[in-house]
Amino acid sequence: MAIRFTTAAPTTQRSVKDLRLGESGTICCLQDPEMALKLLEMGCIPGTQVRLNSRAPLGCPITLVLGDEDYTLSLRVSEAATILLKN
Amino acid sequence: MARLATIPTVSAPAAVASSVDSIPTPHARRELTRIALVGNPNSGKSSLFNQLTGLNQKVGNFPGVTVDRKTGISQLTPQHRAEIIDLPGTYSLYPKSLDEKVITDLLYDRESAQYPDFVVVTVDASNLRRNLLLFTQLADLGLPAVLALNMMDVAEQHGVHIDIAELQQELGVPVIPMNARKGIGVAALKIVMAQHLDAPTVSFYEPTEELLPMIRQIRYYFNLHNDYLALHYAHQFRHISFLTPDQRQYVQELVEQYGFEPTARQAHETISRYARINEILLNAVSVTRTERNEPYSNKLDKVLTHRVWGYLIFFGVLFMMFQAVFAWASYPMDLIDQGIALINSLIQTNFNGPLINLLTEGVIAGLGGVLIFIPQIALLFAFIAVLEETGYMARVTFMMDRIMRKFGLNGKSVVPLISGVACAVPAIMSARTIENWKDRIITIFVTPLMSCSARIPVYTVLTALVVPDEKVLGFFNLQGVVLMGLYLLGFLSAIFSALALKLLLKTQERSYFIMEFPVYRWPRWKNVGITIVEKVKTFVFQAGKVIVAISVILWVLASYGPGDALDKAEQQARVTAVQQQLTPEETDNRIASEKLENSYAGLFGRTLEPAIRPLGFDWKIGIALITSFAAREVFVGTISTIYSVGQDADMRTVQQKLAAEKDENGQPFFTPARAFSLLVFYVFAMQCMSTLAVVYRETKGWKWPLMQLLYMTGLAYVSSLIVYQVFK
Repeated sequence: MAIRFTTAAPTTQRSVKDLRLGESGTICCLQDPEMALKLLEMGCIPGTQVRLNSRAPLGCPITLVLGDEDYTLSLRVSEAATILLKN
Repeated sequence: MARLATIPTVSAPAAVASSVDSIPTPHARRELTRIALVGNPNSGKSSLFNQLTGLNQKVGNFPGVTVDRKTGISQLTPQHRAEIIDLPGTYSLYPKSLDEKVITDLLYDRESAQYPDFVVVTVDASNLRRNLLLFTQLADLGLPAVLALNMMDVAEQHGVHIDIAELQQELGVPVIPMNARKGIGVAALKIVMAQHLDAPTVSFYEPTEELLPMIRQIRYYFNLHNDYLALHYAHQFRHISFLTPDQRQYVQELVEQYGFEPTARQAHETISRYARINEILLNAVSVTRTERNEPYSNKLDKVLTHRVWGYLIFFGVLFMMFQAVFAWASYPMDLIDQGIALINSLIQTNFNGPLINLLTEGVIAGLGGVLIFIPQIALLFAFIAVLEETGYMARVTFMMDRIMRKFGLNGKSVVPLISGVACAVPAIMSARTIENWKDRIITIFVTPLMSCSARIPVYTVLTALVVPDEKVLGFFNLQGVVLMGLYLLGFLSAIFSALALKLLLKTQERSYFIMEFPVYRWPRWKNVGITIVEKVKTFVFQAGKVIVAISVILWVLASYGPGDALDKAEQQARVTAVQQQLTPEETDNRIASEKLENSYAGLFGRTLEPAIRPLGFDWKIGIALITSFAAREVFVGTISTIYSVGQDADMRTVQQKLAAEKDENGQPFFTPARAFSLLVFYVFAMQCMSTLAVVYRETKGWKWPLMQLLYMTGLAYVSSLIVYQVFK
C-alpha cells in the first residue's frame, strides 16, 4: 500500500469524479497531500473499493460508498477528483 | 438530585462481569476519578454520555477557548463516582477544527489538573477499521483506555461477527460490546470503569528510525513520557495552547533542523496504522455476506434528496419549524409575559420605593426579557436536534452546499442561518461545526441579519400602522406580504453580505466538505430532551446575564436625570394635568412621559436627534433605538412609555397612540415613509448586546463584533436614509 503525492496532470488516469452513478472502482492513490490526510482518516485508503452512490440535485457534492461496509461519505466533486482510481 | 442514569436492560458478557467483580476498587475512597469520553462523530458518544450521566450534566468552557466543555457525574458503583468529560467527536488526534483542538490540548498535558485518569473510546462496531484509527493513536499516547464497542446491533445486521476475546487480546485493553442507544452494556462498562486501569501494553505504531533523534530531543526537553507524544509536539507545536513562545520556537528550530515533513509523515503514519488494524481485524472479525435488499436509507434518499421533492420537503420542514417557533411558542410566551407582569404588580402594590422599582422595572423586567425566549429556543432546538439525530440535517447540507458556496458560505452554514430566524445567539454558537475558518467567520458575521424573533413585535406594530389590512390577489393578506418581504430583505442582505466578505477575506486554509453521511435513524428522545435543556440553560445563564445587566443600566438611565430635572418634570406634569383636568391614570402617564423625556435616556435621545433626523426619526424614536440595544423587543415597551400609554402595553393602544402622534404641522407623524424607514432600520441594525457578546466569545476578540456593529448599523443608517428620502 503506497500513497503517491503527485502533481502531474492526471490526464490518463481516472478519478472518483469520473465514475458513473453506481459504478465501482478501486482507490489507487490520493493526489492532493493535504486533502489526502483528511480522506485517509475518513477511510479512503488506497486499495479500498469505492462506489459512486448518488449526486446532490445540483450535481455536487456526491456520496460514495466505501469498502464492503455500509459506510457512506459525502464530498465535493473537486475533492473527489483528487482520489485516483486503479486502471 | 434526580438521576436518570439507571440502565433499563443489561446484557453484559458474563466473562467480563465475573472477572472484574472480585477485584477490589482501589481508588474508591479517592476523590473523583476523571474519565474522558473520546470517539468518532456518529459513534454514539453522546448517547453513551447521556446514559452514563443522565441529567447530571454541566456545560462550561475549556480554558481559553470557547468550545463547550460538557462534564457529568456518573455513579459507577454504589461507592464509586466519576467525573466524565465528553470531548468533541473526532476522526484522529490531528485536529482539523476548533472543537477538535480541545482534545489534543487536554490529552497532551499531563501536568494539567484536567488530565484524565483514563479514556473511554467509543467505536462503531459496524465500521471498525476507520474507528480504530483514533483508538490506536490514543493507546500509543500511553493513555489507559477502555474500548466501548458500540452499535453491536447494527454490526450484527450487517453480518459482522466480532470475537470480543480476540479483539481484547489484540488491542490490550478491556473491550465492552454495547448498544448505547438502548443502554445495553452500560452496566458492564461502568464496572470496568470503576477499576484501576494500567497504561496499554500493545503498541500500534512506532515512529521510524530517522525521526528518533528529533523525537528524543523533544521528549527530553519537555520531559515527556513517550515517543509518540513527542512526535505530536513536532506536528502540532503551533496549535498546542499550553506551550510558551520560547517552547514553540525550540520545537520549530528542531523541526527545521531535521527537515521534518509533517504532511508526508502523517500520511505514512495513518497508512501504517491501517495496515496494522487490517491484521487485527483479520483475526478478530469475520463477515458473513448476507444478500441484502437496497438499504432503506438509500430508498429514503431517493425522495428526500430528489431534485424536486428534496427541496420541497426541505421547505416544508422549514415551514413547520417557523410555525412552531412563531405560532406554538406564543402560548407559553404569553403565559410567561403575564406571569412576570403579575409578579411585578403584586410586588408594586405591596411595596414601594426606588429599590422596589429597580427590582420590578429593572431586574424582573430584564429577567422576563430573557425567560420569554425560552419557548422559542426550546422548540427551535427540539427541531434541530431531531433533524440532526435522524440524519436529515446531513442531507440538507448536502443539498444546499453548491448554492451556499456561491455566496462564500458552506452547506453547514444552513443550520446557523435557519436558527438565526429564532435567535442569533444559539445560531452563532451552532456555527462551530464549520471547520473552515473563513466559512465560519462569514456565517457568524451574516447570521444576525436574518430577522430574529425579537424583531417580530417591532415589525407587527409598525406594519399594522401603515399597511392596510386588506387582501391582495384575493387571498394574500397585504400585511402578511409586507412581513414576508421584511424577512426576505434580511435573508437577501445576509446572502449578499456573505458574497462581499467572500471577496474581501483572504485565507490560506481550504474549505472541505468531506463528511460522513449517516444512515437515517429514529431520534432518541432522551438525547433530544437533554439537548433542549442544555441549550436553554446556556442561553439563560450566558445571554441572560448580559440582558439583565443592560436592562438594569437602562432602567437607571430612564429613571434618573441630571440634577433635579426629574422632580421639576413631575411638578410640571402635575400642573399641566390639573390645568387640563386629566384623570388620575392620564396624569400618571403624563408624569411617566415627562420624566422619561428629562431623564438621562431622554438626554441621549435628544443628543442623537440631529444624527437620525435625516432618517425621519425624532428624539422619541432615538430613545427607543437606544433602549432597543438591550433587546429589540424593548422597542414596543419604550415607545408605549414615551407616548404615555401606560405600563401594560396593549398592542392596539400602542398603535392608536402612534397613529395619533402628530408632527409640528398637525399631520400624522408616522407616515408610511417614516414607518418603513424605521422598519428597514430594524431589519439591518445590530441592536443586540447578547449577539455581540456571543460573537466576542466565539471569535475570541473584539474585532469581529465591532466590525459587525459598524457594518450593520451603517447598512441600517444608509438604507433608512434612502427609504425616507425617496418616499417622503
